[in-house]
Amino acid sequence: MSTVALTDAAVTEAHHGSAVREWSGPAPKRIVTGYGFWIFILSDMVMFSAFFATYAVLLGQTAGGPTGHDLFDLRNVAIETAFLLASSFTCGLASIAADVRNTTWFQLAMAVTCALGLGFLILEGQEFASLVVRGAGPTRSAFLSAFFTLVGCHGLHVSAGILWLLTMMAQVFTKGFRPDIQRRILCFALFWHALDIIWIAVFTIVYLLGSAK
Amino acid sequence: MLGKLTWDAVPFDQPIPMIASGVVALAILAVLGWVVIRGHLPYLWREWITSVDHKRIGVMYTLLAMVMLLRGFSDAIMMRAQQSLALHSQGFLPPEHYNQVFSAHGTIMIFFVAMPFMIGLMNLVVPLQLGVRDVAFPTLNSVGFWLTATGALLVNISLVVGEFARTGWLPYPPLSELAYSPGVGVDYYLWSLEISGVGTLVAGVNLVTTVLKVRTGGMNLLRMPMFCWTSLATNLLIVAAFPILTATLAMLLLDRYLGFHFFTNDAGGNVMMFMNLIWAWGHPEVYILVLPAFGIFSEVISTFSGKPLFGYRSMVAATMAICILSFTVWLHHFFTMGAGADVNAIFGIASMIIAVPTGVKVFNWLFTMYGGRVRFQTPLLWSIGFMVTFIIGGMTGVLMAVPPIAFVLHNSLFLVAHFHNVIIGGVLFGAFAGYTYWFPKAFGFKLHEGYGKAAFWCWLIGFYVAFMPLYVLGLLGMTRRMQHYDVPEWRPWLIVAACGGALIMCGIAFQIIQLVVSIRQREQLRDETGDPWDGRSLEWATASPPPAFNFAVLPTVTGEDAYWNFKHRATGQSSPDEEPEYRDIEIPRNSATGFVCAFFATMMGFALIWHIWWMVAAGAIGAFATFVAFAWRDHDEDLIPAREVARIDRSNRAQRRAMIDKVLEKEAAE
Repeated sequence: MSTVALTDAAVTEAHHGSAVREWSGPAPKRIVTGYGFWIFILSDMVMFSAFFATYAVLLGQTAGGPTGHDLFDLRNVAIETAFLLASSFTCGLASIAADVRNTTWFQLAMAVTCALGLGFLILEGQEFASLVVRGAGPTRSAFLSAFFTLVGCHGLHVSAGILWLLTMMAQVFTKGFRPDIQRRILCFALFWHALDIIWIAVFTIVYLLGSAK
Repeated sequence: MLGKLTWDAVPFDQPIPMIASGVVALAILAVLGWVVIRGHLPYLWREWITSVDHKRIGVMYTLLAMVMLLRGFSDAIMMRAQQSLALHSQGFLPPEHYNQVFSAHGTIMIFFVAMPFMIGLMNLVVPLQLGVRDVAFPTLNSVGFWLTATGALLVNISLVVGEFARTGWLPYPPLSELAYSPGVGVDYYLWSLEISGVGTLVAGVNLVTTVLKVRTGGMNLLRMPMFCWTSLATNLLIVAAFPILTATLAMLLLDRYLGFHFFTNDAGGNVMMFMNLIWAWGHPEVYILVLPAFGIFSEVISTFSGKPLFGYRSMVAATMAICILSFTVWLHHFFTMGAGADVNAIFGIASMIIAVPTGVKVFNWLFTMYGGRVRFQTPLLWSIGFMVTFIIGGMTGVLMAVPPIAFVLHNSLFLVAHFHNVIIGGVLFGAFAGYTYWFPKAFGFKLHEGYGKAAFWCWLIGFYVAFMPLYVLGLLGMTRRMQHYDVPEWRPWLIVAACGGALIMCGIAFQIIQLVVSIRQREQLRDETGDPWDGRSLEWATASPPPAFNFAVLPTVTGEDAYWNFKHRATGQSSPDEEPEYRDIEIPRNSATGFVCAFFATMMGFALIWHIWWMVAAGAIGAFATFVAFAWRDHDEDLIPAREVARIDRSNRAQRRAMIDKVLEKEAAE
């Protein structure tokens, strides 16, 4: 332990000194949880981007089968989109209700969100079923494999979201707005809104561009 | 009832897997029996299996890696032995078995040795270096570990029940499609990696959040130790790259299970898409493995040279440059697959550019040692061995980044030699340096120095003897993954390589002896102060092993090399530091969530592999129920009273003061 090292340390300190804003220590739990969940959502978006890229590559690979133009029913998709966007609004209402700790409004808003989500899933299920019946199932061509996987992956996320939503309703019902439950509500809201963002991309890239001639 | 699973799945007629798995089963039973009879089970359950302490989880990750290293290494020995024998003959491994051996070797070494070793060390060290009490999400951390263990378990089950993939460590279609690999081997591969991939992603999210949001006061980003920076880069890469792996393997699963057409030859499937997707993950993966090792070397070289790291900021810049550039070079893994000259040229140049920040790092390490008081202890030996070896591996890499050269050397043993050169010389040597360096922090006593040095020299020389012949063989035209061959000129080199394998085996034997001897002589090797190497960063500012709460009072950082500054301020004072005011500390409560969740994941993975659908549903419901049970618990923290904190901290402060006094006395005498 030489004196040289000691001066080095002193210089380092003086060098950074007051010019740098000091980090104030570990962030509060709510920040840490929200931040971590954002990172997770980003990773989820990377996964979706792999499916989007796959869809783009396989778009023309219909193997002589039907194309998007032949199959997509834009009216149906518009209703699905409306359901999902409305559910994002009610999910926002639920977040506000949770912030002011209003149980009735929270449960009500969550229930409507759930209903809208289920409506979306039913419409998507009908679309998938009708495609399969018409011989345009995922095994028909690479294009349809990519379509079913990308849209189905979003649908699976919505299903998982509904399961989570119901769990949160039950938790608030039995335990009230504890801080850890508030943090979970925050994460759930982030998740639900992120699914909306992904749906916008699905709507545009899969359905709008896909139904063009 | 049991899907495709019948008694035929167990290879009773093949002696090698039966004997191997018999020995492993006996060993596991012996360990379990010892644990139960000696009454250690409650301790194990309470202190380790359900632990959410980042230090414990880090140790378990590392232990998993070391056990799996033995498995991966026995595969390696079998391959070296087979190729030394198989001139004009079948050797002792039939082709279908040999193909499983090399596939399992690669899969295990990358996913269940290198990955858990690095994640384990990051888990153990990063929160300590940041001066905090735990990672951002302690219970999730435990879930991540146990899911990784699930993946490892499934790969090993394939030894006895069914078979493993014969497709190489990356299952290239169309070979991996159902039409050409109808057995369960590829399914074992896919489900173990899907499950352990979730575990890795969880670890990545957790550590990114920890580094960016959970640091002690004054620990600005540009005051973090280098290992924290490289950990940040690695975990960012995990977050950005592992989802691609999950998606790609999911597509292959859909092809195999539900008849989709992503990568099939017919109905418009696109095989090249698999190559692009898998390497868009695969190349960043290389840096996911090696960046933490770079961090370890930075810590070790700076500590054992008694100097601050040379060019700290350039090191940070180089690390982040590598982090980004690693996503721009994936195509160099398949130059010969028809991308065309222009595309190849761009990716070739991008690949060579990565050598620039890596070169910056090597020079920084050299200049850190220059003029320092260098102590040649085992961690530093691994670091010097790394620098020499890694430079050779890096240069053969730059060589193969030239597309015309890749056309000559691709798929040959030259390539095999190259990536072992960088992965053993880079990642594994880094892991061993970190293991030796931080072992006293984790357990409170050092590893035996003599056996450590013996292990190092056996590994280093063994590596050169085993892999330099492979470069020659590649130039002589020998391709990789050959079960037998008819060229007599190759044989002498293969025998030399096998001897190298034997030398490495001696290295591993010395490491096992080192561990046993060190545990037996732990009183002589005891680290009393918590700072056995005259360290510079905050992990050395607490006792070894650290208390559950790491720091009685969170340290306040004022510059780089935080602990070094503390020490020197302390030696400048003649009166002892004032005792801080101790407060109650809340630490996260233990939870069986990770273990139970992994139990159901194992069940589900196994059921999916064998098409046992009711068991899949049972596993899924079980996993969800586990999370609900976790979410419903009322107490998620335990309180350590201030009195207890004070008692633990005072004894360490006394030891530390004694050390500083000794230094002062010595300086006074001089």
